Amino acid sequence: MEYFLQLFSSGLTRGSIYALIALGYTMVYGIIQLINFAHGEIYMIGAFVALIVSGVLTIYGFSGASILVFAAVVAVIYAAAYGYTLERIAYRPLRGAPRLSPLISAIGMSIFLQNYVLLAQTPDFLPFPALIPEFEFIEPLAHIIGSAELVILTVSTISMIALTALIKYSRIGKAMRATQQDMHMARLVGIDVDRVISVTFVIGSVLAAIGGVLVGSYIGQINFYIGFMAGIKAFTAAVLGGIGNIPGAVLGGLVLGLSEAFAAGYISSAYEDVFAFGVLVLILILRPAGLLGRAVKQKV
Amino acid sequence: METLLQVNDLTMNFGGLRAIDHVSLEVRSGEIVALIGPNGAGKTTFFNCITGLYRPSAGEIRVFPPGQKEIRIDGFKPNRVTAIGMARTFQNIRLFSAMTVIENVMIGRHCRTSTNILGAILRGPRTRRQELETIDKSYALLEKVGLTRYANELARNLPYGAQRRLEIARALATDPFLLLLDEPAAGMNPRETKELDDLIVQIRDRDGLAILLIEHDMKLVMNISDRIVVMEYGKRIAEGTPDAIRNDPKVIEAYLGDETDA
Amino acid sequence: MLPGHRSIKTALRTALWFMFLTLPFMVVRVNTLKGEVEWRWQNMLWVGLAVFLLAIVWDIALSNRHKRSDRKPSASQTLSRLSQRVFHDKTVYLPIIAGVFCLALLFPWLFNTYQVNIMVLALMFVVLGLGLNITVGLAGLLDLGYIAFFAVGAYTYALLNTKFGVGFWFSLPIGGIVGATFGILLGFPILRLRGDYLAIVTLGFGSIAKIVFENWEEVFNGAKGIAGIGRPGLFNIEMSLEATTTYIYYLMVALVMFAAFMTNRLKESRIGRAWLALREDEIACVTMGIDMARTKLSAYAFGAFWAGLVGVIFAARNTYINPNSFTFMESALVLSVVVLGGMGSIVGVMIAAMVLILLPEYLRAVAEYRMLVFGAVMVLMMIFRPQGLVSNVHRYYRKHSETDAAQKG
Ligand SMILES: Nc1ncnc2c1ncn2[C@@H]1O[C@H](COP(=O)(O)OP(=O)(O)O)[C@@H](O)[C@H]1O
Ligand SMILES: [Mg+2]
Repeated sequence: MEYFLQLFSSGLTRGSIYALIALGYTMVYGIIQLINFAHGEIYMIGAFVALIVSGVLTIYGFSGASILVFAAVVAVIYAAAYGYTLERIAYRPLRGAPRLSPLISAIGMSIFLQNYVLLAQTPDFLPFPALIPEFEFIEPLAHIIGSAELVILTVSTISMIALTALIKYSRIGKAMRATQQDMHMARLVGIDVDRVISVTFVIGSVLAAIGGVLVGSYIGQINFYIGFMAGIKAFTAAVLGGIGNIPGAVLGGLVLGLSEAFAAGYISSAYEDVFAFGVLVLILILRPAGLLGRAVKQKV
Repeated sequence: METLLQVNDLTMNFGGLRAIDHVSLEVRSGEIVALIGPNGAGKTTFFNCITGLYRPSAGEIRVFPPGQKEIRIDGFKPNRVTAIGMARTFQNIRLFSAMTVIENVMIGRHCRTSTNILGAILRGPRTRRQELETIDKSYALLEKVGLTRYANELARNLPYGAQRRLEIARALATDPFLLLLDEPAAGMNPRETKELDDLIVQIRDRDGLAILLIEHDMKLVMNISDRIVVMEYGKRIAEGTPDAIRNDPKVIEAYLGDETDA
Repeated sequence: MLPGHRSIKTALRTALWFMFLTLPFMVVRVNTLKGEVEWRWQNMLWVGLAVFLLAIVWDIALSNRHKRSDRKPSASQTLSRLSQRVFHDKTVYLPIIAGVFCLALLFPWLFNTYQVNIMVLALMFVVLGLGLNITVGLAGLLDLGYIAFFAVGAYTYALLNTKFGVGFWFSLPIGGIVGATFGILLGFPILRLRGDYLAIVTLGFGSIAKIVFENWEEVFNGAKGIAGIGRPGLFNIEMSLEATTTYIYYLMVALVMFAAFMTNRLKESRIGRAWLALREDEIACVTMGIDMARTKLSAYAFGAFWAGLVGVIFAARNTYINPNSFTFMESALVLSVVVLGGMGSIVGVMIAAMVLILLPEYLRAVAEYRMLVFGAVMVLMMIFRPQGLVSNVHRYYRKHSETDAAQKG
């Protein structure tokens, strides 16, 4: 039972990270029907900036949880800036191009960003400073859930609630929903669609960066390549929940995280990554609309 | 006159929306039948159902290919419907825009030729013969629609009206007995529309094809159709000769209610 | 055209923005293991300068791209026209082909074994490019796991040879066929998927294949790989390493010609036209009577066939394979060959494979940055020249009567 609970909490933790990243995929897809292949790289960049900032601060003698907060803020700002720039360079010039073009451009961007970080920094894994403090009050539950896990769950829950509120109540959120419904009509009623798209990328990047920082301090090490697998898993989560569907992305993330944790815990961890791909392939073949998405017939 | 296409009580639902509601329709050989109605009436959806792009929710579609037994085609894949002998054009032109004009028409011959991968690589006498036939037939069709001089241009570089005529040539290349045209005159100027009028009549009279036509240009419709079927909100509301339709109060009301076009 | 005042201002702004973006990555290098920080402020200068110049070029290129639609001749259009002329005029292209062919034949005598060996690698990528060109370039099915079929071919030969002593020549077609079979098997479930989903799923298949090779010790010997694979033989003659390299080189030249010939024949046939139509518009394609499943599967299988075939040669050349030769990066490399060369263009793919493989081999500076360059190539090509270096040439079809006259005259 204890083992089960352990797996459960680790699955939930993983799942909430997947959900954070998946939200970026789903929001962008909902608006411009593009798989933003480079989204995983934004997550990696967020984690890396946090590592650089906190690393420098630690070396210069600062310490404590305040570093974590500061590093996270810088990471989020940078990830947002990269997400924004990514859209401007690689996708905006390709509006209205054949469908394959932005996808190939996205793949190119992903490869570019990975190797940019590899060349400018290092190909090796770097240890991430342990910034999340050990809470004392969690002591009695420590065999089930660690304080890092608790922090991750709390932060991602708050982020998702904030996102939901933003989309539901703010002006830009309304504009986003309108653009998602019908980009052409949105433009006609005076919505600046380009701006909405930029904002969508920025929000998605912010969430990914939060995920990146959390994972970095949870796992304890990162390198330039962590965005690839995380990106694929998060995309799987988005598809699992129904791409374009925001609650779906969260649900998909949790389902994937939990089932991965249990599969690794009870069966074998050698094929852990195959598991995510397997889920992706199966869901696309059996129910491409995902758990919460509705099947739409393409209009002719 | 024998029946070529018989649709009984066709119904098509999209989620909660009933786009077609128990519509029946028949096309006989040598006929030009027009399907008209306000935007959103379900005309294009009707075409999509009988050409196999959508699977109808209910109803029957039967075809009677000349010299063959009747076939029930609802649920067939689009390529099988075309192979049986019904070809269509699209309301929002769907050419293979990065292919040349002649290649577009040659695609239409695909289902009437049989070269497989091995044949294509070896390019034996049979393949060559088929290929030459394909080229000749395609040129003949381009001539018919007046596009010969554009044969080796990319389709996307054609003027709008020419693109519509190319779609017709491409559809004819599949050797259909029934041709389905979805708003062929949309976006054409009066001169082009007149040419189209002649072309459609010629296809019927010389090639002996039956034609089912969706069109908003009332002059064209009244001019060439033998029979008109009117749809509104997915239902068939009237059917008759052009004269009868012109004076049908239900039709007049449907059109006055929707002043956006036609 | 000189950049205007406004575009210089934009370029300055862009340069500043990128200096900000790259600040943490280009300036700071932190080693959290040793607790050291290295500050590289001079990099900011380079970034600022490079981005400033690039931004100006970018601006001019983008505005040229918009002008192209106003039908003004631009550099890229002249390039297209030139290539059209070259490919339609026999008196131009026959001598070129003859020249390239002679050069290819003489190559092993002009250069040393090391260079011949590199050329063999480049030729392998030419064939891989031609294969993927069928799937992606002609049929429009974006396959991101293409290298898996290459791996399947390589492992097929490695196992056949080391476990059962099967010879190279017998394994060569088997590798191709096994590749094609896997193509069909994997193609089946994903027939209905839209383009972008297809891309992700094929990426998944590619990664799964690698993970299976890595973890299934009993059959594939896991991460250690398989060693001692037989080199290609010729009537049991003992050959020196040098001679074998030359031998494989000629084999590859022949294979390139064979692949180009077959692809070209297919392209100008009923099958090839169906592939193109599928790429252009699936819905119009099926309503024109084309069986989508068959067309997709044939494109998939035919592309995979070539990968399997080259995989056998790869295993035979290296005599040792392990899963690390078959990563996503290799798939990306082949994809950039197709993208750079031009979707559907046979000559373009040949040139692009040569450029992308040989350049990093000869320019060490490029080698370090090769993946960075591949990524940039994909983005830039999509934005500025989506048709590739050499755009796909459409055959000029004449009327039958004209063809007769031309043949008589
Ligand atoms: N694939 C689809 N999914 C959902 N609704 C559809 C689809 N295709 C058509 N419709 C709806 O069906 C109705 C009829 O459309 P359509 O057949 O295009 O009309 P018409 O061709 O007569 O203008 C419209 O309300 C349209 O929105
Ligand atoms: Mg319509």
